[in-house]
Amino acid sequence: MTLELKDVSLRFGADTHIYPTSLTLDPGSFNILLGTTLAGKTTLMKLMAGLEKPTRGEVWFSGKNVTGVSVRSRNVSMVYQQFINYPNLTVYENIASPLRVARVSEAEIKKKVQSLAELLKLSPMLQRRPGELSGGQQQRTALARALIKDSDLVLLDEPLANLDFKLREELRDELPRLFADRDCIVVYATTEPTEALLFGGNTACLHQGRIAQFGPTGEIYRAPKDLVSAQVFSDPPINTVAVTKRGGEFRLADMATWAATGDFANIADGDYTLGVRPHHVSPLASGDNPVGVDGKVLVAELSGSESIIHFTMHGATWVSQSHGIHPFEVGSQAKLYADMSRAMLFDMDGRRVAA
Amino acid sequence: MRRYSWLVPTLYILFLMLPIYWLLNMSFKTTNEILGSFTLWPQEFTLENYRVIFTDPTWYNGYINSLIYVTLNTVLSVAVALPAAYAFSRYRFLGDKHLFFWLLTNRMAPPAVFALPFFQLYSAVGLFDTHLAVALAHTLFNIPLAVWILEGFMSGVPKELDETAYVDGHSFWSFFLKIFVPTIAAGIGVAAFFCFMFSWVELLLAKTLTAVEAKPIAATMTRTASTSGYELGLLAAAGSLTIVPGAFVIYFVRNYIAKGFALGRV
Repeated sequence: MTLELKDVSLRFGADTHIYPTSLTLDPGSFNILLGTTLAGKTTLMKLMAGLEKPTRGEVWFSGKNVTGVSVRSRNVSMVYQQFINYPNLTVYENIASPLRVARVSEAEIKKKVQSLAELLKLSPMLQRRPGELSGGQQQRTALARALIKDSDLVLLDEPLANLDFKLREELRDELPRLFADRDCIVVYATTEPTEALLFGGNTACLHQGRIAQFGPTGEIYRAPKDLVSAQVFSDPPINTVAVTKRGGEFRLADMATWAATGDFANIADGDYTLGVRPHHVSPLASGDNPVGVDGKVLVAELSGSESIIHFTMHGATWVSQSHGIHPFEVGSQAKLYADMSRAMLFDMDGRRVAA
Repeated sequence: MRRYSWLVPTLYILFLMLPIYWLLNMSFKTTNEILGSFTLWPQEFTLENYRVIFTDPTWYNGYINSLIYVTLNTVLSVAVALPAAYAFSRYRFLGDKHLFFWLLTNRMAPPAVFALPFFQLYSAVGLFDTHLAVALAHTLFNIPLAVWILEGFMSGVPKELDETAYVDGHSFWSFFLKIFVPTIAAGIGVAAFFCFMFSWVELLLAKTLTAVEAKPIAATMTRTASTSGYELGLLAAAGSLTIVPGAFVIYFVRNYIAKGFALGRV
């Protein structure tokens, strides 16, 4: 049960929604599609499901070409960001729907619906209609319907995005448990890097209809292949600025210089793009190689335990995310420290230079 | 000032109800009383007018004929409009917007324009003086209206519902009939209501395309001058009864219509 996309692309007229994409998802794997809105996550899922037919390329499942096979004949489930349920049916019938179509016996339907309802805490609501439920319960109903048949492929398109914070956390904890004893391929689309990191599994970074990188989630986070992956996998966005390396030393315009330590020592002289994650920029000098930069404060958001400071620095907008409360006057000059030992370097083509 | 705030609405409602009251009032009077004196309520209360209508076939057949072609028309219009509206709401195809607008332009011409061609055509193919003739003629106006209303309701249903049904394994018709149609039941109610009302009150085509067999009630009413002059009491009773079906239908779909207004399509 391997899902393979082979050079799949999708165009509508002159608009390209998905550029030629190849992707192999292993049986029983949990895969995350990470990208901003309009990156093509939903479209890619529809291509996987068979709801859209690719303009070019082929979709293979378990070694069979299923490109032209309609979604009905594939064993797929899907949950959308909007809470999609059949409004005229009770929760029970909503969950039972895929089994009814497959003409499963009444006794078995009852058994399965009840055990799933138990698992998803829907038991008291089975006789109600979806419209009478809260958002969280509606989405649980949609999840239950997606889980009741043993699908080979389960597609979850930002299923938690429309839920409030508390419910989102709750359901996020439950999700991996639901798939623990199944051998289906799960694809989970999200805009939030944090969510991807919490789930683990594999991540595909999607940017403007292209997969920038695909691999184990932690690996991509720590060692993105290029600038695009690093940008997709960072929230707040990763800070970038042009730097020059010359003779064992990095120079950021005439603002700062620092020694190329560790792996940075071995790379060739030249112009690079420096990338620093927001939580490696702090008002306090910390880390192995803190380098001070001067900036003008744009916004200072102080939450209970964290300070997020947006500032302009050498023409670029940077964000610092640090623990503790660090009040800054908006418009004032500030000195912040970037831990250069944790920075990433990209060459002029956007590829990450080994560090 | 506040103490008299009930005054204007009350006057307005009285103003609206007055013709209906007068019609009912007349229907319980004898023709002699109507013509003879000005009375605010029946002096000699009589149900004779209603008795005539419910016992004389030339009268009650008028109602039966009207109800037959109106029902036929409503069913036809909604049945045809459902798939059309679905196509307009779910698919992009060449000239879809123009076609949608063109459908509506059909409603802009007065029915009288079509009376002659319909009369000639139906006479030629032997449809003249049948219920189907009137029902078909009215679909010309009602299908565009129904498509317009239903398209609004259907576009309010996310496309993801369709996809979810296909993912669950439903075929198109299974999804359409078991899930989609119940989901937009309110819209179907509103569309049916407007088709019903148009067909029920439309007189010109109904009268032109029928003679005896399918003669509508409104036509019957216009042809009841007897030797003793117009029987006003009888006419008033017939008029009162024509209000009844419309009132019934409005009562049943009133909540749906409010919903339709909220969606901006009615």
